[in-house]
Amino acid sequence: MKHITEYRDPALARNLVDRIRECAGQTGGASIMEVCGTHTVALFRFGIKQALEGAVRLISGPGCPVCVTPLSLIDKCCLLAARQDVIIATFGDMIRVPGNRSSLQKELASGRDIRVITSPMQALAIARSEPEKRVVLVSVGFETTTPMIAYTLLSACDERVNNLFVICANKLVPPVLKALIQDKDLALDGFLCPGHVSAAIGARAYNEIAHAAGIPCVISGFEPLDMLGGIYELLSLKRNGEAKVVNAYSRVVTAGGNTKAMEVMRKVFEPCEALWRGIGSVPQSGLRLRAEFTHFDIDRHIQLEVVETEDISGCICGEILKGKREPVDCPCFGDSCTPEHPLGACMVSSEGACRAWHRYNT
Amino acid sequence: MTIDNEEEVITLGHGAGGVLTGKLVRDIFLNQFNNQVLSRLGDAALLDIDAHRMAFTTDSFVISPLFFKGGDIGRLSVCGTVNDLAVMGAEPLFIAAGFIIGEGFSLRKLEAIAQSMRAAADEAGVAIVTGDTKVVRSQDIDELFITTSGIGRLDTAKGLSARPVTPGDTIIISGTVGEHGMSIFIEREAIALAHAITSDVAPLNGMIRAVLEGGCEVRCMRDPTRGGVATALNELAEEKGVDLLIRQEHIPVSEEVAACCEILGFDPLYIANEGKALFVIDPEDAQKAIAILRKHPYGKEAQVIGSVLEGKGHKVFLETFSGAHRQLEELTEDQLPRIC
Repeated sequence: MKHITEYRDPALARNLVDRIRECAGQTGGASIMEVCGTHTVALFRFGIKQALEGAVRLISGPGCPVCVTPLSLIDKCCLLAARQDVIIATFGDMIRVPGNRSSLQKELASGRDIRVITSPMQALAIARSEPEKRVVLVSVGFETTTPMIAYTLLSACDERVNNLFVICANKLVPPVLKALIQDKDLALDGFLCPGHVSAAIGARAYNEIAHAAGIPCVISGFEPLDMLGGIYELLSLKRNGEAKVVNAYSRVVTAGGNTKAMEVMRKVFEPCEALWRGIGSVPQSGLRLRAEFTHFDIDRHIQLEVVETEDISGCICGEILKGKREPVDCPCFGDSCTPEHPLGACMVSSEGACRAWHRYNT
Repeated sequence: MTIDNEEEVITLGHGAGGVLTGKLVRDIFLNQFNNQVLSRLGDAALLDIDAHRMAFTTDSFVISPLFFKGGDIGRLSVCGTVNDLAVMGAEPLFIAAGFIIGEGFSLRKLEAIAQSMRAAADEAGVAIVTGDTKVVRSQDIDELFITTSGIGRLDTAKGLSARPVTPGDTIIISGTVGEHGMSIFIEREAIALAHAITSDVAPLNGMIRAVLEGGCEVRCMRDPTRGGVATALNELAEEKGVDLLIRQEHIPVSEEVAACCEILGFDPLYIANEGKALFVIDPEDAQKAIAILRKHPYGKEAQVIGSVLEGKGHKVFLETFSGAHRQLEELTEDQLPRIC
């Protein structure tokens, strides 16, 4: 097993830090958005954000699937969990997110049947072994996760399992990036594009953003040298006045992406307008089940009254997700909002910007 | 009463060994039981009985699955208690074992667990001298829980250094981190990773004795179990009133654990170990201790990972691969696998 230690070489990392600082000195600094929550955490964890302080402003983007999921979805899940005939299957990250009244973790502590899964196929296995129950898979995530959910639903069709359902809030990355660059307040010099999502959608998916909007896009992996290399690449592009897509994660990402995965995703889901927590409604940025798969939609079987509410007062998650403000600018940060008692989604998810700032703040 | 919110309930986070566990222990248990021995909150209580200094500890084991790569709940229940005593500088002597068993549990499995407890006790040189058995309805517990308590003697002739933890002292870890927690997680969640990760569960008293008898000035030790190395070091910084610095590049992590951590979004510094010890040691003895540790089967990958700093911030700092320092916080709640 390799591909880890080679990308953590301290001497090479320190050399890249020096070169980035030198380049930033020539270009008058840079504002770069790391789109992905895994990048946010890795940048802190490996000390890169700290090492580049004063030279490169790294802004955390909307790429944490938990953070951008609307509160009403949590409320819906909690109401569903209260029913005797329902088993909720969810990724671990979702269980701590507070809704308006409760969270899945609190529902779990009070004895509801909520199963933490690591693969959507586990939800299908639960449905198979508990045929008298309705198993509801909390379907969130980007182009990385959605194909696996789509495959699970196709498998359920093949196996004629009819007690598996989804509550669906899946999202797409390129449309929200396009929406973000419309915002004139956000002066970005480049996107550090998510390695995992790019492996699915392919490097070409960013062409429109780079060419039409003139914002350089560099795809990066998650090891220290990957991220430092990606940032250096973005600064070089800025210095040379070039706006193009550079794939700095070519050991994983191809130009065309994982066509099979995208095909499976498109077979089951189609794009729709979607609500991003804190950001608002973005056209064509969400996914809904295609007509022939809507029987999986739990909304069709169980009617739930859930009111779409504003975010918690005082919390500036929305501004943070848009990269306009930083967690420390929030009056709640570290005070009424902590990892033990989170108010906003950015503090809940282990990959949320506030959580990462709180955890790694020196 | 110190709990003013009537609706507050126990969540799994209260048992994860991090911030919430600490708060629970302080707000409820320490508040009610408060005494000088308990308030030190060490891995074991230190008791002066007549002219003898003794260490006394207890631990409950609720692990699932009961049998895992590298061990089982039986081996774990003996090693956990032996190690809690050993890191206090005590020689473990006697163990008590309590079993809470769910109705319907296989007798053959129980025998296998008892066998494994005996083997671990033999290896550690301790005797299991008293015990208790309770059986409950299967809807209350599906398998079994074990509680062990242990008592050990502190021998001043080959014990811990009389000098307290001092700036400049060296921090050593006896081997690679994260194996126990990662092995259990993969088996429990039935993640289809073709993994070669084996739990490190082992009795460490022999290895620790070798270091102490080798004449190394060991200021203190910790076993980084729940909450991992990060949490153990934070507790140490807090208790000793010092700052610590460790270096990311020097922390031994096997390729397998590092790879699984990257897949799941975990940090190996927060994953439980059951066969590793942290030593804070006089810098002049560091190389000697490393040599002794590496000769022992449980210390082959021992490494110097950092040092004690001037300062009373009670903080742990990590020098990262990129050269920047950041604070290494204690665990807030169990790590959960990320979505993508």
